[in-house]
Amino acid sequence: MSKQPHPDAIVSRGAAVRLGGRVVWEHLDVTIGAGDFVALLGPNGAGKSTFVNAALGLVPLSAGTLTVLGAAPGERNGDIGYLPQRRSFDAGLRVRGVDVVRLGLDGDKWGLPWPGRTRQAETHRRVDEVINLVGAGAYADRPVGEVSGGEQQRILIAQALVRRPALLLLDEPLDSLDLPNQASVAALVSRICEGEGVTVVMVAHDVNPILPYLNHVMYLGRGGAVCGPPTAVITSETLTRLFDTPIEVLHASDGRLVVVGQPEPPAYHVDRHEH
Amino acid sequence: MGAHFSWNLVDDLRQLFEFPFMVNAFRAGTIVAVVAGVIGWFMVVRRQAFAGHTLAVVGFPGAAGAVWLGVSASWGFFGFCLGAALLIAALRPEGDERYGEESAGIGVVQAFALAAGFLFISLYRGFLNGINSLLFGSFLGITNEQVLVLLIVGVAALAALGAVARPLLFASVDPDVAAARGVRVRALSVLFLVLLGLTVAEVSQITGTLLVFALLVMPAATAQQLTARPAWSVAITVAIGLAVTWLGLAVAYFTPYPIGFFVTTFAFAAYLAATVARNGWRRPWRFKRARTLAT
Repeated sequence: MSKQPHPDAIVSRGAAVRLGGRVVWEHLDVTIGAGDFVALLGPNGAGKSTFVNAALGLVPLSAGTLTVLGAAPGERNGDIGYLPQRRSFDAGLRVRGVDVVRLGLDGDKWGLPWPGRTRQAETHRRVDEVINLVGAGAYADRPVGEVSGGEQQRILIAQALVRRPALLLLDEPLDSLDLPNQASVAALVSRICEGEGVTVVMVAHDVNPILPYLNHVMYLGRGGAVCGPPTAVITSETLTRLFDTPIEVLHASDGRLVVVGQPEPPAYHVDRHEH
Repeated sequence: MGAHFSWNLVDDLRQLFEFPFMVNAFRAGTIVAVVAGVIGWFMVVRRQAFAGHTLAVVGFPGAAGAVWLGVSASWGFFGFCLGAALLIAALRPEGDERYGEESAGIGVVQAFALAAGFLFISLYRGFLNGINSLLFGSFLGITNEQVLVLLIVGVAALAALGAVARPLLFASVDPDVAAARGVRVRALSVLFLVLLGLTVAEVSQITGTLLVFALLVMPAATAQQLTARPAWSVAITVAIGLAVTWLGLAVAYFTPYPIGFFVTTFAFAAYLAATVARNGWRRPWRFKRARTLAT
């Protein structure tokens, strides 16, 4: 098993990334503990996906350090399950969901998967196991382009899980799902986080569907990032300090959080009118 | 020729293989159907049919130019198909490895290639008789040496494809995750275009620049209608490619009409049958609505 005890899944100290001359974020000091379910929040353009790509070693740091599973970014990608942003399969793609999951297991190996070896049975067993874990058994044999967005998302989570990762990096998996599907996928990820002991970092546009399950949130802004329990981070004071602009967090009667006055870089305009 | 179709199928087969030119036509057709089918299967999965069509089309100006310059048409086929494959790979926008969204760049290459082909033909006036064989192939004059070269190129192309089949499928279906897993998505994409270019260059010397595309796209598209299992899908692609090629050769032998027409027509019929088998006779919008309700 690859879940040997790392004290922390991701640690950054003074990390910064520049893309095309622009500073995406800098002075990033965050610690994501092993086994945590962390939401990565922030306005559009704050660099949430860039953080995920930096953790995978796909984007180099311009300053500071970033340690992922106790090693430099990219060195332990075999122990990371990754689900990229806004992925949906072409409706005409005639490949089954089970094949997509299978590619997550051995798709990077050269050659053809020759049938009849003992490894084959092992591979099938693991693929079936992970498909059952996400509850995709009913449609995993259908062409992946034909199943619904929520079903595709479960297939992709199974693909990310198939190698028993120690860390899951999920980039907006709830995006483009309807509310009931958002809730059930969020519950599924939480169950995996606890049941399999996997650290989960989920990039989210809206924190509310995952709020009940989170240990920590990491809020990316102009002044770096704030990391901590949701109740400590998603407050008017913390976010106002992070963005250096007046921001208000409202608590709706159903427990939902609404962030008002959130800046949308690079325009940096404030929605709230100062009367 | 004295070929007469009768209902005595044994006699028909004997007639079919009576002359060496037909034996070589069947040998070449078999190799072409297998290689074009397998490469075409990946082409269809990768949504690169437009790139495949363009590579097939640029063989024509390549060969026409080679003949005008007085060198073997083979040089033209290989030079232009390979050059166009590299050009398409270079024109592809950086970071966009998904489903071949490079169509505008490919269209530019294709339009220019065709224009160049017309120029070469008008420059070499005596060439007009050869256009037919460039476009529609010359199945019926294949030498033993040509069959051997075809076999070597075909085996090499399939071996190269087999070596990268799994990561290529991963990169085709799911480029972002494949890249995160360390698959060289960009390099595989260039390699596939080069393999496609080489295959098209070799195959179109037999089939002509029009039939090669039919053999690339039609069996693969048909097989993918029938099954979503990759291994089965490739096997069915090859089976359909072989069936339509053999049948086309046989029917053309007993009729005065061209081989390419029969091969393409049989492949088209197979595609139609597969589409109906998959969707039924229901009208497309009803099918779509039923699917939406189910999810």
